Amino acid sequence: MRALIRSFGILALVLASAAAAAAADEVAVPPLSARVTDLTGTLNAGQLASLETELRAFEQKKGSQIAVLMLPSTQPETIEQYSIRVADRWKIGRAKTDDGVILIVAKNDHKVRIEVGYGLEGAIPDVVANRVIREVIAPHFLANDFYGGIRDGTQTLMKLINGEQLPPPAQARTQSSAGIDYQSLFVILLVVVFVAGGVLKAMLGRVFGSVATGAAAGFIAWVLAGALGAAAIAGVVAFLMALTGGGRGYYPGGIGGVGGFGGGGGGGFGGGGGFGGGGGGFGGGGASGSW
Amino acid sequence: MRRILALMLAAVTLSLSGCGYNDMQRGDEQIKASWSEVLNQYQRRADLVPNLVNTVKGFAAQEQQVFIQVTEARAKVGSIQATPELINDPAAFAKFQQAQAGLSSALSRLLVVSENYPQLKSDANFRDLQAQLEGTENRIAVARNRYIKAVQEYNTLIRTFPNNLTAMAFSYQVKPNFAVENEKALAAPPTVSFDKPAAPAAPGK
Repeated sequence: MRALIRSFGILALVLASAAAAAAADEVAVPPLSARVTDLTGTLNAGQLASLETELRAFEQKKGSQIAVLMLPSTQPETIEQYSIRVADRWKIGRAKTDDGVILIVAKNDHKVRIEVGYGLEGAIPDVVANRVIREVIAPHFLANDFYGGIRDGTQTLMKLINGEQLPPPAQARTQSSAGIDYQSLFVILLVVVFVAGGVLKAMLGRVFGSVATGAAAGFIAWVLAGALGAAAIAGVVAFLMALTGGGRGYYPGGIGGVGGFGGGGGGGFGGGGGFGGGGGGFGGGGASGSW
Repeated sequence: MRRILALMLAAVTLSLSGCGYNDMQRGDEQIKASWSEVLNQYQRRADLVPNLVNTVKGFAAQEQQVFIQVTEARAKVGSIQATPELINDPAAFAKFQQAQAGLSSALSRLLVVSENYPQLKSDANFRDLQAQLEGTENRIAVARNRYIKAVQEYNTLIRTFPNNLTAMAFSYQVKPNFAVENEKALAAPPTVSFDKPAAPAAPGK
């Protein structure tokens, strides 16, 4: 019996390590923390910073996001397979516009790929992406000038994107409408809490009614403002207001936190320090090349 | 009374979402959408073929055999009605997949042949077409992958308890998935060419 248990233990161990090995086979997608990620240590700090600044300025002006990833190798996967995994994880580009581009350089494989988001397939068709690689990037890489290749490559991509009609960058939009958003949010909150809250509480009882009120307020705030944070706050505030608003009894606060709905949505554009993808979608467009 | 009604309403909603019915609808739509994308990209490839054949013909007119194969394969692809309903008919699905695989291999033969014509390879028009074809093949790969994932999720959903009861009640069937279409090619050892001056092939780990 003991032997049996032990052999099962060994079997489990073997299986677990096999699974781990299978997962380790593929090159992991690095976390997205900057526009330019260099895992090979090829670019120096100054070069990284100048690329970063250029790409950030471009995003603030045009709204599109461009990211660069340089890594030693994508094997055993092809650069195309790896690249779409990176694109699906990073979600570069704005959510509905899908205007992201990722430039991936696999240094030891001598492979480079431009992965183009759905929204830019018109501005950067495969043929053009292929030409950028062949005529702009590859000559630099051949001369071992990786910085020059990436710099000229991204600049060419920016020029191409500049020729495309895209929605204005998010910054200007949120600033102009932020005041209205919070005002209307407050009004909606009041209405929801006092009208709907009363009805819901009568129907579902105090706790569930309050939760429902919070959820409804959160949802409405989310739809109107499009910002998840504001929606969550609105939901929680509405829940608390409904719960405490004129009534008897005491309820532990532990039930809170249910307000607001989760879900996708844009947001998250790196203004200052960090950087994140805006939720852009990719479908395998772009081109690959070697040098 | 009102309270009981509300509770009953809540119970119905909960039980409907608890038995996986909503998830099945969502999964079904997901599959339809990803299937449309697959069809879309296959269509895009088929549209590229005439142009590609004509360009290659301009430089390698004597390769009649290959042109005939590609043209025939494309005609076969075109003869199958590629409708969204295809995914509910495993037999038609298999036929469709076979036709597309035929076009894939005919096209790759065409590209192999064109390797022998340096003039063709340096032709700008051919290069562009090749880039388009590569891009389309990659999009097909991505679209197929997403379809495979969507179907896998759906099939897992309707085969696990208690969702299988719901699926049985509404007679939802398992959807057909793609098989590996180049099994033979995968079994063959990779060809290594030493044409290029040694790429430092240190795979990083």
